[in-house]
Amino acid sequence: MDWSHALRLIAAEQTLSVAGLVLLLVAAWAGDKASRAISIASVAVLVGAMALVAPALCGGAAGPGTEVFYGQFRADAFASFAKLLIYGSAALALVIAPAFFERFRAMRAEYPVLVLLAALGTGMMVSATDFLTLYIGLEMNSLASYVLAAFLRSDDRSAEAGLKYFVLGALASGILLFGISLTYGFTGTTQFGAIAAAMHGGLTVGMIVGIVFVLAGIGFKIAAVPFHMWTPDVYEGAPTPVTLFFATAPKVGAMAMLMRVALEAFGGQAGAWQQIVIFVAVASIVIGALGAIGQQNIKRLLAYSSINNVGFILIGLAVATPQGASAMLTYMAIYVAMTVASFVIVLLLRDAEGNPVELFADMAGLSRTRPWLAAGMAIVMFSLAGIPPLFGFWGKFVVFQAAVAAGFVPLAAIGIAASVIGAFYYLKVVKVMYFDEPAGRVTGASDLAHSVILVAMGLFLSPVGYLLTKWLGALSDTAAAALFHVA
Amino acid sequence: MTGFPILTLMLLVPLLGAVACLVSGNGASRQIALVATLIDLALGLVLWSQYDIGGAQWQFVERVPLFAGFSWALGIDGIALMLILLSVFLMPICIGASWESVTKRQGEYYAAFLFMETLMIGVFAAQDLYLFYIMFEAGLIPMYLIIGIWGGQDRIYASYKFFLYTLLGSVLMLIAMLWMANEAGTTDIPTLMAYDFRPRAQTWLFLAFFASFAVKMPMWPVHTWLPDAHVQAPTAGSVILAGVLLKMGGYGFIRFSLPMFPEASAQFAWLIFALSMVAVVATSLIALVQHDMKKLIAYSSVAHMAIVTIGLFAFNVQGLEGSMIVMLSHGLVSGALFLCVGIIYDRLHTREIDRYGGLSINMPRYALFFMLFTMASIGLPGTSGFVGEFLSLGGIYQVSTWVALICTTGIIFGAAYMLYLYRRVAFGDQRHADAAAMTDLSFRELAMVVPLGLAVLWMGVYPESFLAPMRKDIAALDARVARAKPAGDSQLAAGKGVEHVAAAEAAAHEGAH
Repeated sequence: MDWSHALRLIAAEQTLSVAGLVLLLVAAWAGDKASRAISIASVAVLVGAMALVAPALCGGAAGPGTEVFYGQFRADAFASFAKLLIYGSAALALVIAPAFFERFRAMRAEYPVLVLLAALGTGMMVSATDFLTLYIGLEMNSLASYVLAAFLRSDDRSAEAGLKYFVLGALASGILLFGISLTYGFTGTTQFGAIAAAMHGGLTVGMIVGIVFVLAGIGFKIAAVPFHMWTPDVYEGAPTPVTLFFATAPKVGAMAMLMRVALEAFGGQAGAWQQIVIFVAVASIVIGALGAIGQQNIKRLLAYSSINNVGFILIGLAVATPQGASAMLTYMAIYVAMTVASFVIVLLLRDAEGNPVELFADMAGLSRTRPWLAAGMAIVMFSLAGIPPLFGFWGKFVVFQAAVAAGFVPLAAIGIAASVIGAFYYLKVVKVMYFDEPAGRVTGASDLAHSVILVAMGLFLSPVGYLLTKWLGALSDTAAAALFHVA
Repeated sequence: MTGFPILTLMLLVPLLGAVACLVSGNGASRQIALVATLIDLALGLVLWSQYDIGGAQWQFVERVPLFAGFSWALGIDGIALMLILLSVFLMPICIGASWESVTKRQGEYYAAFLFMETLMIGVFAAQDLYLFYIMFEAGLIPMYLIIGIWGGQDRIYASYKFFLYTLLGSVLMLIAMLWMANEAGTTDIPTLMAYDFRPRAQTWLFLAFFASFAVKMPMWPVHTWLPDAHVQAPTAGSVILAGVLLKMGGYGFIRFSLPMFPEASAQFAWLIFALSMVAVVATSLIALVQHDMKKLIAYSSVAHMAIVTIGLFAFNVQGLEGSMIVMLSHGLVSGALFLCVGIIYDRLHTREIDRYGGLSINMPRYALFFMLFTMASIGLPGTSGFVGEFLSLGGIYQVSTWVALICTTGIIFGAAYMLYLYRRVAFGDQRHADAAAMTDLSFRELAMVVPLGLAVLWMGVYPESFLAPMRKDIAALDARVARAKPAGDSQLAAGKGVEHVAAAEAAAHEGAH
């Protein structure tokens, strides 16, 4: 193997790890005073990493030439697409954080470093073509995430979120490892390509059990029903910038990892896992929608909404076609924009003293007191509900298009009918903001960085976003083709 | 026809107006809205004058491959032209109706109406399946906000019901559209209108589209969102809901269900007839016992829309032409009736019929126009209502005399509830002092009802102006569905019976000898 070639392919990972370690030392020596400088440096590093991975996507990198370290790691267009989303959302999670933490006097220098390391781990997950690499990436991301969830040490809810996330995350890792060990035991390898080859002849019971456990372990990570229980508590308890991070980067990473595992390692035996994915998808859509209805806290609602969205994304996986994979990627890109916008709005909901406001009752009549903020939230809510002409519709559209094209018409019909349940609670948010009398709680000023991000995401989600469909579709198709290149 | 993109311009004018309204807030938004809608009306008239009757089927075609998977494809035939004209004609009147009655959050209010106008024109002008769907669905958002923010007492319940009912109807249509585009390999509506789907597939596709259009139309028994939405919406909201949004259902049947699934349409015609017959009788009787004026007119809308559906599924030119005229006429008349209710609601702030009485004494001009629209709703010859209902019922008579018989009772019931309403509101004694003190129509109100009245009379006296642009398209549609045309019970075959009997008699006669 040509080492210089290999090192070039993992340039982004190298940059992130070196920068993470250096910044960690800086944090140790300079202390919390330097946290702003470290944040800025971390954002710059993440943007640099994005620039390093972008060429692979634009050039449509695929095939054996993108493999390094004897099939442990692959830097193809698919990984590049996911990494762009991951690094981008991690950078946004850093940009919005200082304004939030400074109010609690809790901005510490570790935050940007932890986000950086979590992004690195997540990036490894999506590039992994071997269960060992996958597990290392996953744990790297998870350990950083546990700490991030509990980052507000003075807040009980944050500590609870951290503990819950840790216990359930450890359980999920255990399940995943058990699945990996079974798969290894019955195929004799941990490498995706070799597993696919070993399964070519047919499945033994042990292999099937292995597949089920691997999928269950990853199901925890993407918060799909029935492994979703931790999501609302963690989302509610974690500091809002961290919640934004959890809802975007690790979710995209875990979903992309699931795609690679399902379509590459188990791709030859799609029939074995399709039923599971279909069940999980429909259950996530329905439970995510029903669970959200009774919520009074906007962060909990968004947690259920993310469960609901995962269900729609999984429909793309269930069809197991390149079109389905491409639809998933498009949906994820739009989902990231919607999630970022919604949590930035949550960050902007503050009362006069700057304390966060999270309850619906306090958001009442927001359209009268903060019309543009309310308009932004309305755009995000209608977009999440998948009502055209907002861009969220496009995500659902491509997923259902893939499902129908592959002949999964009943699945598409059930999924889309269940989306009407979801529309109910998104409408409720709009109702509270637009129809109710003002509560006058949300009076805090907004920061420039937040407003800029919000305007950018709002424009993307508005009908203007449709002008990007060709470009987004082409990129998704390239990435999906790379995923199916080997399989 | 390639040339000036007038349809895009008609979509852009209200869109830009809406943005301007949002920015200007309470200040100048109503003036902006009025100007924008008047410009669109002028453009609509240009469209009508430039439309080449008997020319190409699709005119003013624009096609820009702007998006992945679908294109910005616009174009109209005569049917779409008439419905676009109806939309742009009603919009300035809606703005006028809100001129003084809407005081809170004017910027958002007028912006919502202008967005609505863009989407309505878009629905009728779209030539791409997905573009149509986006326009069709997007209309839910502004209407939800209009009902929810500026509506009456129970506005929240009504807005939810409106939104979720229509959404549930439409989402299945999307799946059907995806399947069709996948099967036929195109999203171009004119191409799909000539594509022959397998009859078995047609059944499912028809049902999916039916779910959407039946709710939108609305047909009995999925009409229950309509009375709530109408009653709670502000006056202008009711006008646009009754005037244009309901027509989207009928337009959907005529543009999608009939030409794309002729066999399935014939297969399900009995279902349409049954639901329509129930609707005519049941909702007319319900209208008879209403105490709320808006609710009464809302139920009468359901009955009138049932006349539209039976005409559409009569599979003949008369029925189709009649349905189109009923739709246009109902758009004008029910819009005008809601406006009449709104005019007195603005003065007394109640829709209770019993709170009025003897208005012809203190509001003679109002009573005159109210009378005109009441008569048009009943279908008096000389008004637009007569032409449409006569043609529709004539069309259905050729298919089924029984359906025609039962649906004709709708006219009798219509006369009953409308005249009863008119008697209680305009005639009799002036029982309430506050109602007796109401002033007659102002100049602004006259400016709204006079054009409506003239249009109603024009359509009633000389419907040819409106039928001519649609004639060729309706003939084409009739030819398209002819292969699935059901046999009628009124077209009796020329019998050989007489000779037969005579021969038998002669034989019997001979036998006796």
